[in-house]
Amino acid sequence: MLIPNIENLKENYLRIMNSESFRKDFKTLLEDYAGRPSPLYHADRLSDHYGCNIWLKREDLNHTGSHKVNNTIGQILLANEMGKKRIIAETGAGQHGVATATVCALMGLECVVYMGETDIERQAPNVARMKMLGADVRPAISGSRTLKDATNEALRDWIANPLDTFYLIGSVVGPHPYPDMVARLQSVISGEIQWQMRNKTGNSNPDYVVACVGGGSNAAGSFYHFLDEPEVQLIGAEAAGEGLTSGKTAASIAMGETGVIHGSMTNLMQTDDGQITEPYSISAGLDYPGIGPLHAWLAKSGRAKYLAVTDQEALDAALQLTQKEGIIPALESAHALAALNQLDLKSGENVVVTVSGRGDKDMKTYMERLKLT
Amino acid sequence: MEKLQSLLQHKKDLLSVYFTAGFPHIDSTVKVLKSLEKAGVDFVEIGMPYSDPLADGPVIQNSSTIALQNGMTLKKLFDQLADIQGEVSIPIILMGYLNPVLKFGPEQFVEECQKNNVSGLILPDLPYETYVEEFQELFTSNELSNIFLITPQTPEERIKKLDSASTSFIYMVSSAAVTGARDGLSTQQIEYFERVNAMELNTPRMVGFGISNHETYKNVCQYAHGAIVGSAFIKHLEQSGDDEEGIIQFIETLKTGKSTK
Repeated sequence: MLIPNIENLKENYLRIMNSESFRKDFKTLLEDYAGRPSPLYHADRLSDHYGCNIWLKREDLNHTGSHKVNNTIGQILLANEMGKKRIIAETGAGQHGVATATVCALMGLECVVYMGETDIERQAPNVARMKMLGADVRPAISGSRTLKDATNEALRDWIANPLDTFYLIGSVVGPHPYPDMVARLQSVISGEIQWQMRNKTGNSNPDYVVACVGGGSNAAGSFYHFLDEPEVQLIGAEAAGEGLTSGKTAASIAMGETGVIHGSMTNLMQTDDGQITEPYSISAGLDYPGIGPLHAWLAKSGRAKYLAVTDQEALDAALQLTQKEGIIPALESAHALAALNQLDLKSGENVVVTVSGRGDKDMKTYMERLKLT
Repeated sequence: MEKLQSLLQHKKDLLSVYFTAGFPHIDSTVKVLKSLEKAGVDFVEIGMPYSDPLADGPVIQNSSTIALQNGMTLKKLFDQLADIQGEVSIPIILMGYLNPVLKFGPEQFVEECQKNNVSGLILPDLPYETYVEEFQELFTSNELSNIFLITPQTPEERIKKLDSASTSFIYMVSSAAVTGARDGLSTQQIEYFERVNAMELNTPRMVGFGISNHETYKNVCQYAHGAIVGSAFIKHLEQSGDDEEGIIQFIETLKTGKSTK
């Protein structure tokens, strides 16, 4: 039932994205509106701690507070070019929802965001933001009431509204061409890392690029231009939740098997009967039982390694970044920071870690779990 | 497959009913199946419950959730069908989603279908291209008909492609929507039915999604070989349970517009 929509998108996206007018508008908005390029910062104290060079790619400094805006700006330009008047999106932590509501306000387009009821409770500041931006935030009340359920509702809406509605997907998931489209839009991250590294170290290739993976968009963007540079080790950090075998996890690479979710064949957490498992992670943005098909491929081919990080490890890493560098990361990004502890880092190595988002939205969780008074 | 094809060739105003296996109770499957046959339904679509049924609205979603809670699995369903071998003669089609079929193993799945006299399969999330590349050979050599869906947005070219790959009927989704009972037909829907009819396809069509009462059933039969009723029947099961008398009554009212009470 979605084939006509998908075909339409497939036929148009590359042509539009490669056009001069798109490129110009995209670049202008990324720079003048979102605040790009995002800094690549040498974290001195963290570097001392790990005995090598830790470079933080500051996607948390973008307008709306995460990397999500790179994608929403690109897709809204696409939607506009295609004449769509109504935008729908799914959201986990709310960052993509906010970034979508933001660009809809920018372009004057109607915006509906589906969010799991559980996530609405744990990410209240983002919900408020979306509403103020004029979005209609609709709770997904089926299943685990988190990201996968919000995605289901968005897909159902798209089935029911094929003509006027553009589905603005937040990550490198979903039916083709979305995984490719979103990766291309996020590739600005690694494109910048290249020249920033060259300026700062003389070599555009770091030794490692580390990023957290939920659906996988900030990691796809961070890895993109390094995919064919074998000397750059690519590390994804996925959410182990309470532990890989605890039954409360969201680690799709470690615990999933090949399956089909939301129009993609990828690694999927599922039962023996092929039912999709309810995932769990302290971080709403990583709480997805699947993973972008690019990452399933990178894991299978060995090009990238995926490390599992527990809730507690992420919390500890968040506190460490905060107190060593004065940066409060989003819970999702904290997983990437925590992954550093699992790497055999050597003196002189350059390790780029993408801080995908800021932690303002997570203060309630941090206050509770870190027992801050 | 043959039984189904024959039915589509020789009979008009066909009525097919969808119901979810294992709903409302785990052993409702067989009870409902037998009652529907007794009530004069032409063929059935048995829903394989799934955790994430994208093409379904709240009523069928809910029935799926309950069926899964009751412990329904593909294996259980095949066991239930095996138990009644020879007792039911109307064609049986299975409807569901791709992932559980892949997990079961496509070859094993098709084998079980054949063993248990399943005539056809409807998988809304199996695209035509993937079917042709990976499953067509397996299905056709095992007498299993794959049923494609079209919507008002499906372009003519694609409808023609689906027509040539079809071996029983084409599922015409009545409007851009997920499953769910609706009242009456709109002018856009009628235009769509007429447009598809004018294409003079080789494959018969059944209309589904939104067919909820005698009026919609009768209306749709003017434009296609028959109608498929799903959510409206699930609602009946929700309210009145899987009691045979109730089911026969429901179908009677659907077919004739009158109740014999």
